Amino acid sequence: MNAVRRGLGNGLVQAFLVVIGLIWLTPLAGLFLSSLRSADDTAKGGWWTALAAPGQLSFDNYSALLKNAGIIQSFWNTVLISVPTTVLVVVVAALAGYAFAWLDFPAREPLFLLVVALLVVPVQIGLLPVAKLFGQLGLFGTIPGVVLFHVAYGLPFAVFLLRNYFAEMPKEMLEAARMDGGSEWRIFIRLVLPVGRPALASLAIFQFLWVWNDMLVALLFADSSSQPLTVELQSQIRQFGSNIDVLAPGAFLSLIVPVVVFFAFQRHFVQGVMAGSVK
Amino acid sequence: MTATTLAKEASSAPVAPVASADRARRTRRRGRIIALLFVLPALLLLGALVVYPVVFSVGRSFFDASGTRFVGGDNYTEMFRDPATLKAIRNTTIWVVVAPALLTGLGLILAVLVEKVRWATAFKLLLFMPMAVSFLAAGIIFRLAYDEDPDKGVLNAAVVSVHDAFAGTSSYPTARAREGQGLIHGTDGSYRTSTAVAPGDSVTLGLVGVLPKDLPAGAGPAYAAAGRSAAPDELRGVVYLDFTPGGGGRQGEVDRRESGLPEMKVEAMRDGRTVASTTTASDGSFRFPGLASGAYTVELPASNFAPPYQGVSWLGRTLVTPAIIGAYLWIWTGFAMVLIGAGLSTLPRDALEAARMDGANEWQIFRRITVPLLAPVLTVVFVTLVINVMKVFDLVYIIAPGPVQEDATVLATQMWLVSFGGGNNQGLGSALGVLLLLLVIPAMVFNVRRFRRSQR
Repeated sequence: MNAVRRGLGNGLVQAFLVVIGLIWLTPLAGLFLSSLRSADDTAKGGWWTALAAPGQLSFDNYSALLKNAGIIQSFWNTVLISVPTTVLVVVVAALAGYAFAWLDFPAREPLFLLVVALLVVPVQIGLLPVAKLFGQLGLFGTIPGVVLFHVAYGLPFAVFLLRNYFAEMPKEMLEAARMDGGSEWRIFIRLVLPVGRPALASLAIFQFLWVWNDMLVALLFADSSSQPLTVELQSQIRQFGSNIDVLAPGAFLSLIVPVVVFFAFQRHFVQGVMAGSVK
Repeated sequence: MTATTLAKEASSAPVAPVASADRARRTRRRGRIIALLFVLPALLLLGALVVYPVVFSVGRSFFDASGTRFVGGDNYTEMFRDPATLKAIRNTTIWVVVAPALLTGLGLILAVLVEKVRWATAFKLLLFMPMAVSFLAAGIIFRLAYDEDPDKGVLNAAVVSVHDAFAGTSSYPTARAREGQGLIHGTDGSYRTSTAVAPGDSVTLGLVGVLPKDLPAGAGPAYAAAGRSAAPDELRGVVYLDFTPGGGGRQGEVDRRESGLPEMKVEAMRDGRTVASTTTASDGSFRFPGLASGAYTVELPASNFAPPYQGVSWLGRTLVTPAIIGAYLWIWTGFAMVLIGAGLSTLPRDALEAARMDGANEWQIFRRITVPLLAPVLTVVFVTLVINVMKVFDLVYIIAPGPVQEDATVLATQMWLVSFGGGNNQGLGSALGVLLLLLVIPAMVFNVRRFRRSQR
């Protein structure tokens, strides 16, 4: 009796979760199918009609996209912004994280508390002053400008994460390395970085996705020649409805990279996002 | 105890005290310089691009739009006077009140339920995946899903098909009667016979305005049915399209080639009350058997002529904010579920087992044991979401169509619009930025305190 009821309950739970799963999948499936349909078909009916008429589906929109100079340029800009940002954040934060964890310098504690406090500072507050500053330095509208802004606003979390991770290292390990006469630089390269690899990987993935997906910062700091894919697509949204054959494959192009990264590095990704959620 | 002092102690032991003290000081200074070189890049970037802007924005918020005149707190009072900014404050409040609570609740329910199935990992991956998708892509996805046209937006397609399954489709939105041919147009859109009819009568109700190609499949000629006479206690008739394809028919009469109108609702009314109702057959005929004698009117209710249901205006003025919150749920539910799930796996198994042994049912266990034990995790998830929700920008910017943008606006989008998007009032914009900062200060204090506690 009890077993029957439990079995029935489990069936209901399964059914409920299947429904939720389908609800989660549908918008994505809709985008993908829309990206495979011609503008004419889209004008005639919803993407679900393609399920009954698979003849509507083709990769024509994608081949057109690959010939679209604006999209291609902005795709490369996205790469040129997110890769250097990721490398810089990881390197700068690893150096600082190690110093905050194991080296002695004046005002170490208060400075680190400042970093913790900066964790939640919204990027919005930086937009205006940094735009003025970059204007004076000639960085406004350039890729290095966008990168620098991202690096600065990625640092509090990155330093916080790495400092805490490095602080867990066994003290004996570092002492032994110092006894062997290693310089701090050598210890950092040979010991700290290899030991910190899991944290560095999580940070790198999280940071990469954060910047890859950014629109707000680039919207302000990039000009038309340095703008990433998100901004390029955003500028085409105004005619929404008439240009789904460009927007849908474009959006798919922009999300496929992070989704592949997500599935390739699930564990690191989840850890990175979890830890990064304090931002 | 720091690394350099350790190094000093280690090296100083075997050497003479005076020389070693001197050397130790030098090593110590050298160590400090190296340490500063390690932190300097980070401190410079943070100082120039984060700390300085905060100070600058606070100062700038006390100046007017052009930045030349000191206006004190005017920008802050303006914030609560300007209707657009007030709307943004109101909408951000809605976001903060609704989204984190919904997400935490949904995440909790799913985290508990997903433990009961074997494919938990696959489910978690699927729900977590939207976290990898940019707000821009999610925005395009949901612009598409929320499209008002049921032939484009999947949500309205679903709503319309559910609605039509329950309420039925009206078959003849364009049909109407000619003036003076026996049918009166009611103010509610219905049609009824202008003269009273009695059992034993047979009526013909002619309508026009339906294109022959719009007739339901299977509609047949009404001529034969119109010729049948009624039994003494029944009222019968035919609803037909008073239009002969190719011309030649007479108005007001059922000609040989004129079609009946099937699936039409018909009601028999007496003294203003519906006493019988039916639906026409494929030749447009209907009959009300077993009527008591008396005077009746035959009515074609308005539902026959209602315009087709078009679904919900998701991105209209009233629903746009809930709709965007819906998209936000799609992105963040997986996060809440996985984080709460991680907390769930640390719960003491024995407590749950003991309760089960004592005969507690699943609901009692959930309510009395799981939720209280999870309270700290739930708080962290909730607080995290509140911080993120306050800063929501891209989704609103992308999903809300131009004309409704001002109805959907939140603090972050308003700050953008005021400073860069045409408003060009950087004084007010800075004040809005400072307001955003003030709103996250509790979280800042919370973080700093939690960190200091963890260091002790």
